[in-house]
Amino acid sequence: MILKGSGVALTVLLSCSVFGFAQQSKIDKLTGNAKSGKALYVRYCITCHGPHGDGTGENAPHLDPKPRDFTKATFKCRSTPSGELPTDSDLYNTISRGIYNSAMPPWKPLTQQQRADLVAYIKTFSTRFQEEPPSASVVIPPEPARSADSVHRGAELFQSLNCWSCHGKEGRGNGPSALTLTDAKGYPILPFDLTRGSHFKCGGTSSDLFKDLTTGLDGTPMPSFSTALRPDQIWDVVHYIQTLNEESSRGFFHFVKSESRTHESRPQ
Amino acid sequence: MDGKSSLGTADTTAFRWRRRWAHWVLATVMLCAAAPAFGIPAFARKYNLRCSDCHEAWPKLNNFGQTFKDNGYQLMTGRDAPIYQQASYFPIMFRTIPVWHRESNNRALTDIIPQNSAGGQTESRITTSGFNISGLDIWAAGTLYKNISFAVQPALDNNGNFHLLTYFVRFDNLLDSRWLNLKVGKFELDTLISEERELFLTNTGGFYQNFHFTPIGVRTSFGLGDHQLGAELLGHSSNSYTRYSIAVLNSNDGQADTPTNTYDVYADFTQGFEIPKLGLQRVGVFGYVGERSTFSQTSSGAPIPGTGMGNRGFSRTGLYGLWYLGKFDLSTFYLHGQDNVFLGNGVRADQPFNLPPGAVGPTWNGGFVEAHYTYNPQLILLSKFETVQMSRQANAAARKDLGDVRVWTVGYRWYPIMSSRAGLAWHQEYSIARTVGTAPLTGRDDTSGSFLMGFDFDF
Repeated sequence: MILKGSGVALTVLLSCSVFGFAQQSKIDKLTGNAKSGKALYVRYCITCHGPHGDGTGENAPHLDPKPRDFTKATFKCRSTPSGELPTDSDLYNTISRGIYNSAMPPWKPLTQQQRADLVAYIKTFSTRFQEEPPSASVVIPPEPARSADSVHRGAELFQSLNCWSCHGKEGRGNGPSALTLTDAKGYPILPFDLTRGSHFKCGGTSSDLFKDLTTGLDGTPMPSFSTALRPDQIWDVVHYIQTLNEESSRGFFHFVKSESRTHESRPQ
Repeated sequence: MDGKSSLGTADTTAFRWRRRWAHWVLATVMLCAAAPAFGIPAFARKYNLRCSDCHEAWPKLNNFGQTFKDNGYQLMTGRDAPIYQQASYFPIMFRTIPVWHRESNNRALTDIIPQNSAGGQTESRITTSGFNISGLDIWAAGTLYKNISFAVQPALDNNGNFHLLTYFVRFDNLLDSRWLNLKVGKFELDTLISEERELFLTNTGGFYQNFHFTPIGVRTSFGLGDHQLGAELLGHSSNSYTRYSIAVLNSNDGQADTPTNTYDVYADFTQGFEIPKLGLQRVGVFGYVGERSTFSQTSSGAPIPGTGMGNRGFSRTGLYGLWYLGKFDLSTFYLHGQDNVFLGNGVRADQPFNLPPGAVGPTWNGGFVEAHYTYNPQLILLSKFETVQMSRQANAAARKDLGDVRVWTVGYRWYPIMSSRAGLAWHQEYSIARTVGTAPLTGRDDTSGSFLMGFDFDF
């Protein structure tokens, strides 16, 4: 009887510890709490991601791209290898940065603790966070100096790896396959226009781009090149992509410039 | 002999002050009753966000909403320009508030014999109640292009008159810097404690006394809560924890078509910081320095607009804080006001001999503590205590506390409908205001009470 009781207690204890682990997030010195995160989720996230986190909120039918389905635990922006769970910091960074060119805004105005709490709550939507061990981030080697040779090699890789078939010869997101692509849920998805500014979905720094090429964007047709390319080759592609960016956002003055350019090019 | 004619000279002067002050109060209340307070579903529809994303409880902004506003009504998702919206989208919203309210005043000036002013006057308690509407508020606001935003805000009062309360264009992120934004037009002074986004609605509690207070006898036409005409340079950090604004404004309290040759200056600085377990806290400081004419050039005795002369100065300075303790939060506000002696006594600056003996520039201190408990995004409990106290009267003969104001307000708002398309709130509130020494005949304290309940809806 005592043994049976102990077994029950142990089971409860283990369940609580596993569940308790999943109810938290760790971002540097911050510990996120799912209970607090739930209240924030209801306030800020539920309209798009839905009450069950499956991306079917009241706004989902109107959105393109569709809101993330947290129950699948498949995330685009990760520092972990393709197919693995993101780290807590990955989720935290995505919340803070938002997803450019989508309905997901940057949530940096929330406090750090609030964002950590949201991460903890988002993890409760999928049992994967309880069942699978935490993944480690890929190692990003130091960036070599950007040179003409590096850019040239990157351009060749861009062609030879068929990046152009989706992103287009000039990186405008208009390759021959562009209109045929779908995401993991079967919704049409367009390749990123690499010429449009520096706001990439998962961050615009060199390291962010290296990470994207290494880990791929899960749930989208963008694969991981971690086995197809050496790290130095990935850096070459990063350097080439950075040359495709035609314009940096210059606010009002950019507007004036681009407008006058439009008028100049208008046929008389 | 009626009650009025039995007053002595000093009392007659006091009576005139009280009556003038009562007119100011009445005008202020009427203005504020027409003043809007908004959540803007036009933005919710554009971005598919619920009211609660940008508001603690609409219309009060949270920091996400504040950052959105500071970014020039942009979420910075790359889809802020109108070109990304469906062609049928129009950035406009309507708000109106059908209510039942009860108003009472314990010292209203009334004829002793109704319909017979010759029979003398007395002070009586007046109580009125009934259904009413707040008028109609219309907001059109959004972006004209990436980093160029605008707002136009006509409001229809319950007498059917239109007021153009706000109209501005704003150039955002100049030189690719969020620290440089330029706004030109007519707008609310930049402050985190905004009367436009106040949660209270009653005639006595639905505005900030401190934002409109004018000492008895003063003829400075100015209110911190009044929308002003001018240009404003403002900037903020990426999360809007640090914010500043500097504005140059016409010296005419935002009145269109009455140009002035002089300008006022307003500045505001805010800093936010996080306290673990408690959340975001904010402190701010502001200052307004202005001047007003004390007389004008005239034509056939009528003042010629824009020809004000004998300008004299006034200032409003203060501090504020927003303090969060989980679901409970406090807004605290302190203001120090002072007016020039000529403005304070309503005397032309070229006629100092008309100043009463011992006349000085009036000074006063005021403030409020406003508490909210946000049970959840759809229910918020409210309370507010506000006070204004004279520290120096313009007329040395006046009692020291003449015109001091105290207001207590409690209420709650419940939002049964809160979607990314529209919002509906049920609002109940009671407020009581006491003004020292302003009863029109006896000089006793004047007390007004206001109870309101109704539906506040935005579409």
